[in-house]
Amino acid sequence: MAERDIEFKVFRYKQGQDAPSYQTFKVRCDENTTVLVALQDIRRDQDGTLIMRHSCHHASCGTCGMIINGREELSCVVKVFDLGTPTVVVEPMRNMPLISDLVVDMEPFYDRFNATGLPFIRQSEFLDDAEVAEGIEAYMRCENCIECNLCVSACPIMGSDPTYLGPAALAAAWRVVEEPRGIQTQPVLDWVDSANGCWRCHVAYECNEACPSGVFPGDQIMALRRELTKRKFRRLFGGK
Amino acid sequence: MADVQPTTDPVRPKRPLNAWFNPRGRSINTIAFALNRLTAIGLTVYLFLHLAILSLLLRGEESWNSFIAIARTPWFLMLDVVLLFGVVYHMFNGIRVALVGMGVANYRQKTLFYVLVGIALVLFAVGAVLIFTK
Repeated sequence: MAERDIEFKVFRYKQGQDAPSYQTFKVRCDENTTVLVALQDIRRDQDGTLIMRHSCHHASCGTCGMIINGREELSCVVKVFDLGTPTVVVEPMRNMPLISDLVVDMEPFYDRFNATGLPFIRQSEFLDDAEVAEGIEAYMRCENCIECNLCVSACPIMGSDPTYLGPAALAAAWRVVEEPRGIQTQPVLDWVDSANGCWRCHVAYECNEACPSGVFPGDQIMALRRELTKRKFRRLFGGK
Repeated sequence: MADVQPTTDPVRPKRPLNAWFNPRGRSINTIAFALNRLTAIGLTVYLFLHLAILSLLLRGEESWNSFIAIARTPWFLMLDVVLLFGVVYHMFNGIRVALVGMGVANYRQKTLFYVLVGIALVLFAVGAVLIFTK
């Protein structure tokens, strides 16, 4: 297995410091080394103070989101050699308050996301042609969104408006409206029908590019707008 | 529903111009988004410039004719070409933004972008040739 030394330029910041800086490390990588594994190697062998967040190592938990060579990625599934650059620049996600090194404060994210009332687990029906064991009428599955914050980090409007609800929360709001499953949808629609709700989006669609789990938040924001536009027109012509 | 926590970061203050116009690590979507803003600003400036130039008519035939002489120089025609690009790009990308923004063809926005901006570029090329040849 071919091995090579790769340079990592890592964003560093500790509470109380005047300003962030970058620190360079060299890591021996092979074709299976992911950025997350390389960062763990740095922490184990070179600098134990490097702070990052991670958990599952297979793109399910959404905790290891960061900016790699300028793009929002889950570091656990980005192979270092696939990047094709002699130096890999690693930075924390944008548009959330920085805590330390590669870790951002996710509280504003969950503050928005949880407000929609989207359940983490939903009940799903089986496909018509699926072979289902007798007695099982439905099964439980996790929602697609892994709450990684990558879409929020990529959004240019989040970079200019601190009160924008953001793509993840708006996509979650659309999921609730689309399939309410017992949740009252009117308060959710009222919440997103505001200046810092779905109308604040300026159709840059970087959220779609960044999303690692196929939620495509930009499309869902526009679906929300369609629903709101439909309702406003209906009301204009005397409907409910 | 309550107001949300702001995403203000004291360590990394928001830099809107950087967020909107820095293409590093971004896709064609950001180019489309940034160009739409830049052409909007350009067209607004042009509108006022246009009104100011039209006001030359109030100063009589001679001042208008001297402006027309400048307007026919190759350098000035280049500005016309830039203006034409701003008009056709903003118009056709604007159609996409308006449609998608109302939830029409939102799942096909990228295709819509390539088709409409493709038409815009063809019109731009034809218009640019006509500016210099007619």
